[in-house]
Amino acid sequence: MTVAAIFFYLFAAMCVASAVMVVAARNPVHSVLFLILAFVNAAGLFVLMGAEFLAMILIVVYVGAVAVLFLFVVMMLDVDFAELRQGVLQYLPFGLLMGAIFLAELLFVVGAWTLGANLPLASPIPPIANVSNTEALGLVLYTKYVYFFEIAGLVLLVAMIGAIVLTLHHRERVRRQNIGEQVARTPATAVELRTVKPGQGLDA
Amino acid sequence: MIVGLAHYLSVAAILFTLGVFGIFLNRKNVIIILMSIELILLAVNINLVAFSTHLGDIVGQVYALLVLTVAAAEAAIGLAILVAYYRNRGSIAVEDINSMKG
Repeated sequence: MTVAAIFFYLFAAMCVASAVMVVAARNPVHSVLFLILAFVNAAGLFVLMGAEFLAMILIVVYVGAVAVLFLFVVMMLDVDFAELRQGVLQYLPFGLLMGAIFLAELLFVVGAWTLGANLPLASPIPPIANVSNTEALGLVLYTKYVYFFEIAGLVLLVAMIGAIVLTLHHRERVRRQNIGEQVARTPATAVELRTVKPGQGLDA
Repeated sequence: MIVGLAHYLSVAAILFTLGVFGIFLNRKNVIIILMSIELILLAVNINLVAFSTHLGDIVGQVYALLVLTVAAAEAAIGLAILVAYYRNRGSIAVEDINSMKG
């Protein structure tokens, strides 16, 4: 058994085990932390396959951004999670049955299927001695698949604007500064001169 | 013992199934459902990268990058909808989300 095989089984077992815990943990905060563990182990699998750039991106994007976002939301919402977990045992047999059938189907497909010979390649990976994985990805991402890249950027932009629009809300009964109104004030509208008779005062 | 394409595909299949199973199991809790969807997308990414490196074709990794982007955007939008919903209703239970009568 080579070192690569040992690490494959280590990463795969950890990934699957933490995925089980994501689904089964009682506390959603634990679920998020196990999700982070699953993604880190998946990044290890990516490194083993030879896709280092995607492995690092997986860690940056998921562990650094998405998981923290989940953690924020789980902790921000004051929800009784124990109540939400009721009825899990009721769905467990059906879920297990469906999962087992689905997994068996997928594994049959993986086991019985073989790759055809001499498949045409869209853009072959250059030899790793000349070009690193990151460089190889960059060579096609900015040239041949530049529209994909643009679309990905656009998706992120729309998601960002959408998230801001959805969560931004103006509170009622909060006094805010109106700069336009302030600047438009003139001495004529701001100051009023009255002649006050002595001893009578001014009834406003 | 050579670790080949089938090993990675099996791991991805198990992860995908766990994601689907999680949606069945935690059908009351939207946050866990969103996390299960993330697991499913991770399984898809493992499949794409496994084929990409096994066949020697970089396009799979380009697609994996696109899937990653969409997954991040989906998580952000989903959680934003969740926060807005919680603010209006004070609850995130799935069975309460029925005002559109879908």
